Amino acid sequence: MTSASTPAKARGGANPYLKRLMWPLAVLVALIVVNIAVTGFDFIVPSVNDDRLGGAFVNILRRSAPLLLVSLGMTLVIATKGIDLSVGAVYAIGAAIACQMIIDAENQSAPGLIFAAVALALVVTGVIGAWNGTMVAYFGIQPIVATLILMIAGRGIAQLVTGGQIPKVQDSSPFTELGRGAILTVPVPIVIAALVLLLLALLTRRTALGMLLESVGGNPEASRLAGIRSKGITVLVYLVCGLCAGLAGLIGAANLGSADANNGGLWIELDAILAVVIGGTALLGGRFFLLGTTIGVVIIGTLEDTIINVGLSSQWQFTAKAIVVFVVALLQSPEFRAWILKPFKRKPETPAPAPAEEVLAK
Amino acid sequence: MLKQVLAGIGAGALLFGLTACGGGDDGDGGGGSDEGLVIGFAQVGAESAWRTANSASVQAAAEAAGHELKFVDAQQEQEKQISAVRDFITQQVDAIVLAPVVETGWTDVLQEAEDAGIPVILADRGVEAADEDLYVTRLGSDFAEEGRKAGAWAAETFADDADGTRILELQGTTGSAPANDRKAGFFEVLDAEGLDYEIVDSQSGNFTAEEGKAVMETFITTHTLDGIDLLYAHNDEMGLGAIQAIEEAGKVPGVDIQIIIVDGSKAGFQAGVDGKLNYIVECNPAFGDQLMDVVESVVNGDEVEKFTPVEEGAFDASQFEAELPNREF
Repeated sequence: MTSASTPAKARGGANPYLKRLMWPLAVLVALIVVNIAVTGFDFIVPSVNDDRLGGAFVNILRRSAPLLLVSLGMTLVIATKGIDLSVGAVYAIGAAIACQMIIDAENQSAPGLIFAAVALALVVTGVIGAWNGTMVAYFGIQPIVATLILMIAGRGIAQLVTGGQIPKVQDSSPFTELGRGAILTVPVPIVIAALVLLLLALLTRRTALGMLLESVGGNPEASRLAGIRSKGITVLVYLVCGLCAGLAGLIGAANLGSADANNGGLWIELDAILAVVIGGTALLGGRFFLLGTTIGVVIIGTLEDTIINVGLSSQWQFTAKAIVVFVVALLQSPEFRAWILKPFKRKPETPAPAPAEEVLAK
Repeated sequence: MLKQVLAGIGAGALLFGLTACGGGDDGDGGGGSDEGLVIGFAQVGAESAWRTANSASVQAAAEAAGHELKFVDAQQEQEKQISAVRDFITQQVDAIVLAPVVETGWTDVLQEAEDAGIPVILADRGVEAADEDLYVTRLGSDFAEEGRKAGAWAAETFADDADGTRILELQGTTGSAPANDRKAGFFEVLDAEGLDYEIVDSQSGNFTAEEGKAVMETFITTHTLDGIDLLYAHNDEMGLGAIQAIEEAGKVPGVDIQIIIVDGSKAGFQAGVDGKLNYIVECNPAFGDQLMDVVESVVNGDEVEKFTPVEEGAFDASQFEAELPNREF
């Protein structure tokens, strides 16, 4: 895998990467165009109210921030040929811990308390992630099984934390700024998600970490023989995924000012996997695309608004989602594109790019 | 070591069983023939504050009435409920109360209860119509009636609205009975009263604050709030989420747009006291006492209706403050 992808990279430069992003991007642009056609340019143009950027598209980005965080962690896990089903439950646990700790205190606005609550939530979710990774890397349990355990049990843990109630933080508590506030008019959730994206992109693309990740995902045994400490990397990746899910839970809880152990982040793991796949990362492990995942997340977020804007009823929600994902998946398949384009095919063009695409797909 | 632990657990379980039986005997001996019933209650789970309050209410009412309640939390799994009902049959309880997780798949076990001569009373949720002969009565909320109460208030409040009443609706989970019936009841009354109204938009918020807020934000960017008169939210979690969205858009909930919610939790009433919403239709989980009355009349062989609606109220702005301390969830 590594040896196969290196020449492709060398030959095409950044080109194959952009090519990967082209189809999801096209679908996103199409969705935005549909929305502009229906609701006018107000959809895309941000407005400022209460010193915070608003407007339909900024709102979509702000609401997508938790899903983006979860999806970024998921991308890394999937790159190692793994999967993390527990992120929704970890989201709920992170939210529950922070909110419960804050409402148990007398002064809900104390900066020290907020800091401690956020730190505790992140530590716990990080430990949960590391535990998932340990089960996968050291005990050889299949990722889907290892993380399924916490997917099922995790919401129970969150319920134990909250005592079966929905803890509601006072609106005056600075904790809510994490979800509702703005830095230089940019909503805080967007800032956090962008920073995490930047950090992960730098870590994986400017250091050897990304290559090691892809190598572990491509062939763990060969990587180990080549001297890569693949087990440590696996644990690290699950830890990061847990942290991301915990952070997403904090943002979600801060946005609502409450933590719902049953419904917070419900099914977010499936949306995250969907976003990763839309973004062009194969579930087989190996190459991964953080930017592609980001586009996938925005597609999912925009889609939910589109359904309302176009005036479809709620019953359409899942069907519309399925259709769009279907279209993206088909567009990304070289086989499908070749089949569709066959009647229009000019002889010299198609054979050349096809092998490169196929290498990428594996 | 392991053996000892297992033995300990076994002995503990045995002891627990013995005391449970002992308690039952005492109740029968001391209380005469129609006092101190043994009631098996197969509850859905503890999935929401509403449910927790419901369980607490039933447990408290049973204790107050001097009945012994065998309470099983099925953790939202039908399998567990079925085995709980079978256990109740084996234990020869006087009556079984069941809050079915889902509507289907109850025929066999309900038949077993009937063969054993134990009456089954459904609480809160129902089962499919084919099994109607296999239970005595259902005690639960009348969701359509809740919708009608909301509709009656809206029709009265906006009767003089000359330019037509423009309504946004946040529905519950698509296809669920409370969502369907609360919607149907609401618009049935508006139509019957001849209110001039327009549904500007109606979407599912899935009964959660998260989705309620997200959908409301989109409503606001798509339709703006100018000229919108009323928001009807099928439960208070969605309503509370929507209130945040309205506030963040720089509008005043309860004033710029009037708001009706169904449920009536503490948090909902608190928002009402703060003036952020205008009307609350109650969906009452505290029907323990009423349930005990129904169970007693069933065991005594009295005739009961097939459906007994839970007593539920509705509250407007003048009543919020007085009612807040009475809220149990």
